[in-house]
Amino acid sequence: MNLLAAVPGFTGNQTALSPVGPGAAHIEHTFSLIFWITSTVWLLVLTAVVIAVYRRRYTLEQMPPPERTTEASDRFAARAVGVSMGITVLLLFIMLISSFRTGHAIGTMNSEPQPLTIDVYGHQWWWEVRYPNPVPANIVETANEIHVPVGVPVHIHGTSRDVIHSFWAPNIQGKRDLMPGYDTDLMLQVDQPGYWRGQCAEFCGLQHAHMAFYIIAQPKDEFEHWLTAQAQSAPVPSDAQTQHGQQVFLTHGCVLCHTIGGTTAASRVGPDLTHLASRSTIAAGTLPNTTGNLAGWILNAQSIKPGARMPPNQLFGTDLQDLLAYLETLK
Amino acid sequence: MRASLSIPLVLLLFSAGCKREHRVFDPGALGSQIADGVAVSDVHAGGTQPKPSLAKYQESAYAASEGKRLYEAFNCVGCHQHGGGGIGPALMDSEWIYGSEPQQIYADIVQGRPNGMPSFGGKIPDYQVWELVAYVRSLSGQLPSDVAPSRSDEMPVAKAEQARKKEHAPDEYQQKIRRGKP
Amino acid sequence: MSTTTTPLTEAERKQAAQLERVWKEPSGFLGWFKVVHHTTIGKRYMVTAGVFFLLAGLLAGVMRLQLAFPEAHILSPDQYDQVFTMHGTTMMFLFAVPMMFEALSIYFVPLMVGTRNIAFPRLNAYSYYLYVCGGIMLWVAFFCNTGADRGWFAYVPLSGPDYGPGKRPDFWAQMITFTEVSALAVAVETIVTVFRLRAPGMSLNRIPIFVWGQVITSFMVIFGLPGVVLSSTMLLLDRTASTQFFNPAVGGDVLLYQHLFWWFGHPEVYIIFIPGAAIVSTIVTTFSRRHMFGYLIVVLSLVSTGFLAFGLWVHHMFATGIPQIAEAYFTAASMMIAIPTGAQIFCWITTLWSGKIVLRTPLWWVLGFFFTFIMGGMTGIFVASVPVDLQVHDTYFVVAHFHYVLIGGAVFPLFAGFTYWFPKLTGRMLSEVLGQVSFWLFFVGFQITFFPMHLVGLRGMPRRVYTYPSNMGWTHLNQVESAGYILLFLAVCVFLANVIRSKRHGALAGPNPWNAGTLEWATTSPPPSYNFLHLPTVNGREALWDAAPNQPVVTGLDEDTRSFLLTRTLDAEPDGKDEFPEPTAWPFLAAMATTAAFIGSIFTPWGITIGAIPIAITMIGWFWPKREPAERRRSREIWQTE
Repeated sequence: MNLLAAVPGFTGNQTALSPVGPGAAHIEHTFSLIFWITSTVWLLVLTAVVIAVYRRRYTLEQMPPPERTTEASDRFAARAVGVSMGITVLLLFIMLISSFRTGHAIGTMNSEPQPLTIDVYGHQWWWEVRYPNPVPANIVETANEIHVPVGVPVHIHGTSRDVIHSFWAPNIQGKRDLMPGYDTDLMLQVDQPGYWRGQCAEFCGLQHAHMAFYIIAQPKDEFEHWLTAQAQSAPVPSDAQTQHGQQVFLTHGCVLCHTIGGTTAASRVGPDLTHLASRSTIAAGTLPNTTGNLAGWILNAQSIKPGARMPPNQLFGTDLQDLLAYLETLK
Repeated sequence: MRASLSIPLVLLLFSAGCKREHRVFDPGALGSQIADGVAVSDVHAGGTQPKPSLAKYQESAYAASEGKRLYEAFNCVGCHQHGGGGIGPALMDSEWIYGSEPQQIYADIVQGRPNGMPSFGGKIPDYQVWELVAYVRSLSGQLPSDVAPSRSDEMPVAKAEQARKKEHAPDEYQQKIRRGKP
Repeated sequence: MSTTTTPLTEAERKQAAQLERVWKEPSGFLGWFKVVHHTTIGKRYMVTAGVFFLLAGLLAGVMRLQLAFPEAHILSPDQYDQVFTMHGTTMMFLFAVPMMFEALSIYFVPLMVGTRNIAFPRLNAYSYYLYVCGGIMLWVAFFCNTGADRGWFAYVPLSGPDYGPGKRPDFWAQMITFTEVSALAVAVETIVTVFRLRAPGMSLNRIPIFVWGQVITSFMVIFGLPGVVLSSTMLLLDRTASTQFFNPAVGGDVLLYQHLFWWFGHPEVYIIFIPGAAIVSTIVTTFSRRHMFGYLIVVLSLVSTGFLAFGLWVHHMFATGIPQIAEAYFTAASMMIAIPTGAQIFCWITTLWSGKIVLRTPLWWVLGFFFTFIMGGMTGIFVASVPVDLQVHDTYFVVAHFHYVLIGGAVFPLFAGFTYWFPKLTGRMLSEVLGQVSFWLFFVGFQITFFPMHLVGLRGMPRRVYTYPSNMGWTHLNQVESAGYILLFLAVCVFLANVIRSKRHGALAGPNPWNAGTLEWATTSPPPSYNFLHLPTVNGREALWDAAPNQPVVTGLDEDTRSFLLTRTLDAEPDGKDEFPEPTAWPFLAAMATTAAFIGSIFTPWGITIGAIPIAITMIGWFWPKREPAERRRSREIWQTE
């Protein structure tokens, strides 16, 4: 059914035509139907235009005098237009019904009585992710990376902390805007384990281009294990270097914006760093989470993401190395 | 042809906009230095010292807007509210305990002050302090109106003249119970 | 009517000289500010809108350069945000509507209905000065680092006081005020011209399709522009006067802005497209050498498109989480609008099928329109469906869609119309060879630039991004698109060269080089300042083709004043006469006062209060009654006594 899936590049991890869950799969179905109908119609209409022009064309220097048409020709024309209109209405109805059915299927995706709820808050230019829990100690806060269990419907409950953003993971589901003053909801479900990339899809300012996130689908037990680990506080640093690193963190500007659970750093301005080392990317999907990239980001985030909220930090001597060593323990 | 004559005139009008719209994203090595201090007096021992370039922060609408964001982020609102003061003094009035010049406000933020003003020296880079300075000065109307931030997307600050009554005076509450009102 | 001019008789020469004396437009430097004739002002609109088209096109080139390489640093994100916003804003507000609707309407509608000037000529001049001042204001701001940078639609809260520091969104919002007043003025003039100034015999069912298109567009402007008037004014007030319209913390609503904007925004694109469709009808008729098949269907389709366009706006907001019933309704309406558009397309094809086709450059552009616009319409069905839209909204798929419908539906017909009407505007023909070269360069360049955008959008590339990572697989497609831009650039260069060369050395065109049927071809090329030596009467839908052998002309108007004929709306029976005003500089002065007030109000609310005074003074000067015309008007009135 889907011609485009055969084209290389359409099997990527940020494409609407390579669905891994029922949401995107339903949509892809309607997409294919509309694609086949509309491309056929377009070809037919163009063919008619080309034939019409080709069979009666004159290349006279002067414009021939205008002519009156015959009644027979007018009747033929009326019939042709009438039939074309009828086919148009019919085809539109078919595509409309398909669209309604897909919309209905997506709207009724909430099958379990208690789907897993994840709160997503849009910030300029990162995603705050929160797994609510009735027991406060088990609430998980992370950033830019959303883990979900395979095969389970997940309810994304979203809003924005500043301007309008849009949460969009094309392989999984259509997008939903995150707007201040509104709570929006999106159901998604991933049916196979893996990594998929999503990106903000509503212009939100300078670094809209660098506001990506990853959805990582894991088998249910792995997901539970991950969730439990994320709810823990950060480990206490064990050796001199990481202890000094923690001191650097707590005495420099880092503590003014970031939280590390289990320390005195509890600011909510920037992403929660308690489990920074467990994440695969930094800066909202902009860079892989390696020591080198992290160092560059800490020293001068503005050269990577100009306009981002993270200021440059001047660190001297062994401060940077020790800080990085400490951050690497935050698994 | 004739329209082009008017363009230089209009350009003159708008040249003021160039300072207002100036945006500094990467403050460079100098701006990134951790804030430590700047002279608050005009006289220096042993010759002149280069003055910090304030224009790009004091006359830039983006800098004032960033200052507003930092004012929230660093919890200045906790003590100063949105300028009306509370635990800390009001910032929107004309009383300046330590002076209203940019360098003086800079020193207040970097050094801290007696009776509870924390010192941010050693924590945040220089340019962020200047952005805060710009915003703080805008609270008392010292920035031109086209540079100062306009209203917030927040609950608005109550004006001093709108002093509100207490929600429940104790005897009011008792009367309500006696009268059986909800 | 033949294409050669029959020589004038002695009486006609005298009459022409007399008309020339009465209708003379002022010349010289100061005279430029006093002109009130519609052809001059129409040409000014065309040139100004053309300049903005070129400027916005250059911005597009800069964008394509930045996007040709992943993580490129040709433009900073701040610069890129300004560039893409200025590109969209200029194309939509300073080129598309002023050219497709205002310029063409002002120049051609009075000629096509057979009258001597457009209704309200001084308002016409005023609208032009406001338009050009608004455009200059925005671009000068752009050169001063104050260019709009929040997208052409400037959603709140991003464009609001908290997240849009400085004055950039204020200049954007005020430019809208300039252009909306200008468009509303022209809409009113067009409607009144078509309803009251038509040639006798031009009943409603004989009005040229082009004129119908402009009338419908005028009504859409009147009903649609208030949406953006409101949204931009409320944005300005939020930013300058501390109102709370869009502040969610105190009960304001960010979606209110979107509804108000798109209430305008969707009809806006039909305001741009319907004149294009009207041009296509004109050219198909002329180059098929027969009347349009299904005139009634085409006109009713245009009318119903105009109506339906107001019922679609929420399809720009499908991702905001609207209730399912609303989704269903707006999907159905968005698909339904394909029906009248389809009807027009089928009528055009049947006209071509049964006509004698003469394949010249204008018709080539129309064929390019068929290819491109219909493809855009097909992708429109994708975005009309809510679930599919939720995948392609705000991606390059939608960028491809709207460029296909806007460039296909407006720019291709515009090039066609320009080639077709160039002889009327200048008296010379454009070069056919250069015309073909520019067409093929543009057509091929367009497909290379915009078709891959469908694919890269489906591969996940969102809109309004200043760069993209190198490992997403988007690089090659972006490079193809950027290469295509070069062809588009060359095409426009060749077209400009054609225009410049042909203005001096083009083959001389008579009054009717295409042997077309509408009334603008019944006068010399270019038309004199009085439009027609003899005001025509009309005998059929194609006035010149259906003219009787002794088709009467209008007589009895005053020879020594700027007199014109009023006719009834339904059947165009003569209903009286009136006078057009003499050239005057008051509209220019009023426009300058208005400009000062509008620009001042960006910086202080006093701008409007104090600025109202010069506006009042200039308006008083403008409307101050003149003794002689007032006495003549009074003498014409017939008082019914018992």
